[in-house]
Amino acid sequence: MNSVKIEDLRKKYGSVNALDGLNITVESGSVFGFLGPNGAGKTTTLRILAGLAQADSGSIFFGEQNITKSGTAQKDRLGYLPEEPAFYAWMSPREYLDYVGKIFKLDAKERRQRVDQLLEQSGLKEAAKRHIGGFSRGMRQRLGIAQALMNHPSILLLDEPVSALDPAGRKEVLEMIESLGRECTVIMSSHILADVERVCDTVGIINKGKLITQAKKEDLMDRYAIPALELTTGNGSAAQMPEWKLRLEKLPGVTGVTVEGYSFHLAVKDVHTAQQEIMQDALAHNTTFEKLEVVKPSLEDIFMQLTGSQK
Amino acid sequence: MNFMTALNKEFLEQRRTRKFLIALVVLVLFGMTSPLMAKMIPQIMTLVPGGEAFAGLIPDPTINDAVAQYIKNVTQFGVLLALVFSMGAMAVEKDKGTAAMILSKPMPRGSFLLAKFASLALTFIIAVVIAGVAAYYYTYFLFGELNILNWLTLNGLIILYLLVYVAITLLYSTLTRTQYVAIGLSFGTLIVLGILGGLPGFGSNFPDALISDASMIMSGTPVTHWTGLWVSLGIIILSLGAAWLAFRKQEL
Repeated sequence: MNSVKIEDLRKKYGSVNALDGLNITVESGSVFGFLGPNGAGKTTTLRILAGLAQADSGSIFFGEQNITKSGTAQKDRLGYLPEEPAFYAWMSPREYLDYVGKIFKLDAKERRQRVDQLLEQSGLKEAAKRHIGGFSRGMRQRLGIAQALMNHPSILLLDEPVSALDPAGRKEVLEMIESLGRECTVIMSSHILADVERVCDTVGIINKGKLITQAKKEDLMDRYAIPALELTTGNGSAAQMPEWKLRLEKLPGVTGVTVEGYSFHLAVKDVHTAQQEIMQDALAHNTTFEKLEVVKPSLEDIFMQLTGSQK
Repeated sequence: MNFMTALNKEFLEQRRTRKFLIALVVLVLFGMTSPLMAKMIPQIMTLVPGGEAFAGLIPDPTINDAVAQYIKNVTQFGVLLALVFSMGAMAVEKDKGTAAMILSKPMPRGSFLLAKFASLALTFIIAVVIAGVAAYYYTYFLFGELNILNWLTLNGLIILYLLVYVAITLLYSTLTRTQYVAIGLSFGTLIVLGILGGLPGFGSNFPDALISDASMIMSGTPVTHWTGLWVSLGIIILSLGAAWLAFRKQEL
């Protein structure tokens, strides 16, 4: 297992600063959640780590070794899954995994065992001899994860690993990623904050190519423990919810509103003031609700607060 | 060595995607039919309405006509296949993302690129060799014996000629992200090299000289000027070198 250290990484595309002095340290054996809005620089960072793009300046260390300019040498210990994994349509998953095993110079016996194991683990055993060209996006994603694990990587880079999966597949893959933290260092980017919250022990939030914050998930929750309320409206209020949301957003004590089913999740400045404002608003507009309770802030609240994605 | 791993995969791809079969069928078909066509031209002319008058004007076909027909057919269709097979070799892999998947692993970019050239070269070598055997067999029965050493040299020059265009198209395929741009540029280069090769005196320094060298060898005329061969080898090496230099820095 290796730790990963990124120092002052910079990358420009034309006049756009994709990475603007990014600094990240990922401890050995941790599952690191890499968060940021679209265009924040997550994919660029992972592509540089995977050796598919070059930084303009800065350094990358795997353990003690500076791998910034080490060519293919560091790739022996890497596993990489891009956001949209692409395969040779004419190959079967068994052939593809075998090909990857050969690239990692695994001997024939080891390759066969590992391929069988990964096909089983990724739920592709039944489709092992089918052409990948006929696979669904979810099947490709699972094959993508399998190929990233072929060499028992010490560092695993996953770019949106569950974005194409159905709920059951997502659950399985997230459990797998969680368990991998014991075997290797995982860096996972995702825009699904609930997934990061569920499997990652450390979280880094970047925006405009810079690290905004990085901490253990629990520390982050404590540090940015912004008060939050949950307002449950009940089934009959669906039609009123859009208008109600607009009213809630205008309340002085409320800093952010998200809708989840029949509930509003409210980031607030002060719990008591916000509670009073919400109840007064409900009375004034003759609106009823089932429940108004204080809740623990979610990673989404923190993310929205830090990236300025709120009102 | 990862070059062999990549080469095995590339050659398997040539077979699975039928490129190998197409090259084999097209070139062998022309190898077989070229001597036949040379032999049958006078008879074919008599079948065309009004063609009887011309049939008498056509001299009796010779072994040189069969060889000329073979060289013309195999190089023309061979170059077309070389361009079509090579145009997407790099561009499609970069565009689809399959190259990124493989090159994030310990596969050197040089091996990845060279394996593509080597597998295409292997396809054309095998196809031309079998086409050459077929053409030799039919020519032997229809016209008589050919000098085997000269025949081998002729086919070697044809292969080299085709590989020039494989290498050039691979370079364009590496420099662009679209296979259609690559084949367009290759066609342009084919035309330019063809024009340059047709210039009196100067033309013998270009790849087209390989074709005229091949004809001269078969007709028993000694070739004294091998510049075209060295230039062709140079173009192959330079194209592959330039493709590697460009590919090594490319972002995937």
